Amino acid sequence: MAHAAASAEGQQHPVKLYLVVWGWLFVLSAFSYSVDYFHLQGYLRWFLILLLMALKAGLIVAFFMHMAWERLALIYAILIPPVAVLVFVGIMVFESDYTLFMRETFFRLGQG
Amino acid sequence: MDATPTDTGEALARPAGWRGVAADWSSDQRAFKNVSWGKAMMWIFLLSDTFIFSCFLISYMTVRMSTTVPWPNPSEVFALTIGGTSVPLILIAIMTFVLISSSGTMAMAVNFGYRRDRVKTAALMLMTAAFGATFVGMQAFEWTKLIHEGVRPWENPWGAAQFGAAFFMITGFHGTHVTIGVIFLLVIARKVWRGDFDQEKQGFFTSRKGRYEIVEITGLYWHFVDLVWVFIFALFYLW
Repeated sequence: MAHAAASAEGQQHPVKLYLVVWGWLFVLSAFSYSVDYFHLQGYLRWFLILLLMALKAGLIVAFFMHMAWERLALIYAILIPPVAVLVFVGIMVFESDYTLFMRETFFRLGQG
Repeated sequence: MDATPTDTGEALARPAGWRGVAADWSSDQRAFKNVSWGKAMMWIFLLSDTFIFSCFLISYMTVRMSTTVPWPNPSEVFALTIGGTSVPLILIAIMTFVLISSSGTMAMAVNFGYRRDRVKTAALMLMTAAFGATFVGMQAFEWTKLIHEGVRPWENPWGAAQFGAAFFMITGFHGTHVTIGVIFLLVIARKVWRGDFDQEKQGFFTSRKGRYEIVEITGLYWHFVDLVWVFIFALFYLW
């Protein structure tokens, strides 16, 4: 284990940082829940849901999972491949639109 | 098979930014400089798990976008009647807060692990496991309630039949992850409590000396479970 010394004591960060991130996660979750509680609808609802989701995910990955202090080589190795997921989402949006179009075109006949 | 031959650069300052990416990945050497194999492997496992959950969520998106039947309103489906009034999505909100609390205690456990504070680390890991078990318990309650109301993977009383399939698949797989995480936490907490990492005792399985780093690796898994819930909460329950 020639490299063990490099990470022997791991990462040390002040407890306060964790408490602040923890507090923010609670606040953001409360906001997320409020979106539903106050029956926000339409684009505002979707925008807020995605924004709060991204903020919470970012806080967890960056601070709780210590990604903010890792070297760029690891950050890119882990965070770039999920971009392919977004491409997949795009493909399936087109696919579902097409399926819906076909269903509405051909299945409406029997339903009246 | 340690890649030491080319490993002359640990003493030199390594380049940062884009040059750092190229330098770290190139010329037949260890790519992740200050990360142990255990931590790197956990990250790579989590990346693969990301793809699994992504596939579930994308399937859910696809069936929801392509159905001609209205999707059941999760706000009403997951409402609970408390004191005579129906509170929308309340159980899911509580589950979210329970899981975030567990993530906080886990982060503290990792911190105290690196300070070699055996008792606090073990206690915080046990708290995390308790929050996790609470979460799974509430999920079992939620499943029971929905099954009693007639939700099945192939039908439900409120709308699109695909709702049940997506619900049971996504939350079931996530709940399984939480359950495995609780077991993982209990196993590692026991080792911390016994002082295995202070005495550098050899593990029964790998015969390697354990280090406090395993607390951080367990933490990575646990935070990932919380991370997945953030996405499920937003995309399945709130959308």
